[in-house]
Amino acid sequence: MAEIVPLADAVRDLVRDGDVVALEGFTHLIPHAAGHELIRQELRDLTLVRMTPDVVYDQLIGMGCARKLVFSWGGNPGVGSLHRLRDAVEHDWPVPLELEEHSHAGMAAAYSAGAARIPFGVVRGYDGTDLAGRTRVASITCPFTGEQLAAVPAIRPDVGVIHAQRADGAGNVQLWGISGVQKEVVLASSRSIVTVEEIVERLDPRPNAVFLPGWAISAVAVAPGGAHPSYAHGYYDRDNAFYVQWDEISRDRDRFRDWMRRHVLEAEASPV
Amino acid sequence: MTQVEQLTYTADEMMAVAAARRLRNGTVCFVGIGAPSRAANLARATHAPDCVLIYESGAIGAKPIHLPLSIGDGELAETADAVVSVPEIFSYWLQGGWIDVGFLGAAQIDRNGNLNSTVIGDYGRPKVRLPGAGGAPEIAAWCRETFVMLRHTRRAFVERLDFLTTPGRPRDAGGAGVTCVVTDLGVLEPDVETGELVLTELHPGASVEQARAATGWDLRVAPDVRPGSPPGADELRELRALKPANEDTVGS
Repeated sequence: MAEIVPLADAVRDLVRDGDVVALEGFTHLIPHAAGHELIRQELRDLTLVRMTPDVVYDQLIGMGCARKLVFSWGGNPGVGSLHRLRDAVEHDWPVPLELEEHSHAGMAAAYSAGAARIPFGVVRGYDGTDLAGRTRVASITCPFTGEQLAAVPAIRPDVGVIHAQRADGAGNVQLWGISGVQKEVVLASSRSIVTVEEIVERLDPRPNAVFLPGWAISAVAVAPGGAHPSYAHGYYDRDNAFYVQWDEISRDRDRFRDWMRRHVLEAEASPV
Repeated sequence: MTQVEQLTYTADEMMAVAAARRLRNGTVCFVGIGAPSRAANLARATHAPDCVLIYESGAIGAKPIHLPLSIGDGELAETADAVVSVPEIFSYWLQGGWIDVGFLGAAQIDRNGNLNSTVIGDYGRPKVRLPGAGGAPEIAAWCRETFVMLRHTRRAFVERLDFLTTPGRPRDAGGAGVTCVVTDLGVLEPDVETGELVLTELHPGASVEQARAATGWDLRVAPDVRPGSPPGADELRELRALKPANEDTVGS
């Protein structure tokens, strides 16, 4: 049963230095508040997993939390580069960053395999790419047809972190709109943290909503606005202007650190 | 809008219009963000209102009024026929072979239509770390055909890719791979036998010499290279009307 706890307590109790941590949310419901708490608690040597590392991973990487990044597309969507990610890869700043990169299809299959507790996902892919020589992927033969396919090792994070619209008092979580790999990452992880916009008395059933039962989650924390600058469908819109501004903020190391100090390190953790 | 304004357009606008024209009405199109999304939405606003737009965020049949900044803007989900999970969009719909046209950008392309969106320079010590593969390799492999859009420069049209992210002609795949490359100078299409990209169309005002000078290999030119037609007034009007939802605040 998921405990409903302050976000700072959830991170303190569930995340350790050196863990494999996956923050997911495909453009929508990106767990920024939780990412900021990881930064405030100065977690180090994390292997960060995420299909689309964007601003929140740029922040974690720039603040020195990560040793390795497992990903399939790292950029500021519609804007350009992630300058902190690039600085880490191109200049080892603030610390060297090891990369393990996949295609989206490969990572999606790896998360599904993780949730299903099988050792690898299977895709028809990677054939003829330079990616195959640079990542953890292997060719396998179908035992029924003899066809060659690509096997991608399952993603099994120590901690999976997502943001959702709401939960009830028992820690049951409901999210809707673009659902990405939210369900997969929670079910694939040993421990999980879900931040939500609000706790409601009763979760009214919604067609096509993703439901994650409290008994499949480690901790639920209330973090209103916790997906900003991404969005929470039905609560607030994507702050496209901030994504554009981030390009400027993150370009310069000092300006980046100053911004993080003022907006993250010295900011209040989310309310209970 | 005066006649003078209707006839004045940028090379990027010409590229968007030329790419949009390639999409037929009813085509099921898997759209990358940026220039491809702009062109696909232009097609939907003009000659191809029933073009089905699929975004890798899981939005099937998205009908945005504003131009999305990301592949997962809320408006895509709100206007879609359905929103499915990311594993489902890639496995059932893309790999399943239901998509007609994939629409991609890239940082580098070679004469065989192979694409690089991973690094400029050495992989281990890159000069520029680019975003990476995203959905591109499987889009090119599993859509029936794939269109590519990028500006025609020697930096982009290279003899040798720094990294092969996406094969232009995937082996044993479901589709034909890259069948059309739209640039700000013209259109390239692969030779039927060798697969080498050939300049087949020139935008108004562009020359063969210009295209050759902007290509890092000895560019083949079709003997019957076609002159393209300039953007029409309606195309330009619709293209310019495609703006992000909160453009007023973007950059403020």
